[in-house]
Amino acid sequence: MAAAHTTVDSESSSWARVWLRRLCTGDEVARLVTLTFALSVVLLTTLLVFQLWMQSAEARQEFGWSFLFSRVWDPVAGEFGALPFVYGTLVISVIGLLIAVPLGFGAAIFLSELAPRRISDALTFLIDLLAAVPSVIYGLLGIFIVVPLMRTLIQPALKSAFGFIPLFQGPAYGIGFLTAGVVLAVMIVPYIISVSREVLLAVPGDQREAALALGATRWEATWKAVVPYARTGLLGSVFLALARALGETMAVTMVIGNNPNISASLFAPGYSIAAVLANEFSEATGDLYLSALMALALVLFLVTFILNGLARILIVLTAHRGSGTAHA
Amino acid sequence: MSMRTLSRKIVNVVMLTLTGVCAVFTVSVLFLILGYLVYNGGKSLSWEFFTRLPAPVGESGGGMANAIVGSAKLLFLAALLGVPVGLLGGLYLAEFGGRTVPFVVRYMADLLNGVPSIVIGILAYAVIVLRARHFSTWAGGVALGFMMIPIVLRSTEEFLRAVPRSMREGAMALGASKWRMIVSVVPPLHAALSPPCCWPWPASPERRPLCFSRRSATASGVPAGRNQPRHCRS
Repeated sequence: MAAAHTTVDSESSSWARVWLRRLCTGDEVARLVTLTFALSVVLLTTLLVFQLWMQSAEARQEFGWSFLFSRVWDPVAGEFGALPFVYGTLVISVIGLLIAVPLGFGAAIFLSELAPRRISDALTFLIDLLAAVPSVIYGLLGIFIVVPLMRTLIQPALKSAFGFIPLFQGPAYGIGFLTAGVVLAVMIVPYIISVSREVLLAVPGDQREAALALGATRWEATWKAVVPYARTGLLGSVFLALARALGETMAVTMVIGNNPNISASLFAPGYSIAAVLANEFSEATGDLYLSALMALALVLFLVTFILNGLARILIVLTAHRGSGTAHA
Repeated sequence: MSMRTLSRKIVNVVMLTLTGVCAVFTVSVLFLILGYLVYNGGKSLSWEFFTRLPAPVGESGGGMANAIVGSAKLLFLAALLGVPVGLLGGLYLAEFGGRTVPFVVRYMADLLNGVPSIVIGILAYAVIVLRARHFSTWAGGVALGFMMIPIVLRSTEEFLRAVPRSMREGAMALGASKWRMIVSVVPPLHAALSPPCCWPWPASPERRPLCFSRRSATASGVPAGRNQPRHCRS
């Protein structure tokens, strides 16, 4: 027993001595200081969740889970339900992705596989530049260009072609789900192109050459050898775009119509979570109103949280041997 | 040529053309946007636009001086908070990291990066505006700073990882302690020089959280104090 004690003592004292020496040379100080700053990110996230949870307490007590499923949003009567906003957010994100993903992937394949390297680099630089354009500007362009175009040209054409589907019925206002989705698509396409191109370029040349040597056409080599190899990264670009679409605020607010209703028609004006937060937060009167908006923010945060986790799981699941990843 | 070969060739041409069409379409839409902005915006740019205050509604003329000053102040405040915290945090991840802590920090940073900016704006509202009972540049700067932290943190880590291992080993072999090595060898090469030029701009288009923290004041003019509500065109 005594022997064991002395061993432990000498071990711990030698550990303390090493630690003290490291403290004197400054290594330990540097480690602790930087660790503190690194942990501030954890603190920030905790603070975010804590604040949203506390501030939304009143609305959560008042409405409970029915907050998520109620269609009524009536600040005057003190009735708050999140469903129209959740619906709007999902619908415009889906429209945006449906348009942006095929276009973005097609463009990325062209830029990485077919275009000469120099042209591809120059175009990608400009596309990256467009990803940095503030979203209000996209909103303005949406109002001045997309909305009139939708009202006079695209929506009447869709109506006459597919009018038998409820999605394309109803009056063509110009503003609404479809327009918001189109504007979102324009905004997220640069992300998809830029990340996917990077990922496709990271695929080793052997992969293409082997397929071509086996007699595949250029397209078959791309589609059956290069794209499967890069699928994790491609998926990553879609998730990045989706995260961006869900949280997009200003541009969507300007073209979605800001009307909390649920309509089968894509032409109808709607609302999204981010848009209602931007519009009503600073005008919210009364604690319950503010609390309901905080609850909406909590919903939006949880959606991004789940999406983030889902993206990680999917990446782990698809990233087995022989699959390329790229730093996005 | 058999039918099968022919059909494969046709598919090849059609699909490759389609990708070309996608590229031309997206790139031309993006260029239209750029052209529209330059064409329509360029006409109204003048010296007055940058130096005057906004004219009252109904009068022509006026400029954006208050918004420009506001943006600069905000960016400065945000950088004051975001750059040191993100830089030192990134240093930890790249240089000292063990296993658990870096994983958690990285996960949280990526999560924060994905959180819509409007939610971060609400955090700043809850933490600062509700306490102080009024909107202010401080609140806006802090919101923007919060958003900069994960961006700076992750990019610092990436940059530091690009520093060759032999550089570190060389410094250690010369007898430098670890922090000495980090201070004198690692950042000067990559991190300290290139990214500061890039750091502020990923955050700068992010004006959304500011809608809350800096209530759009109807009074035009450049308020003197940093605690006044400020108008920022976003």
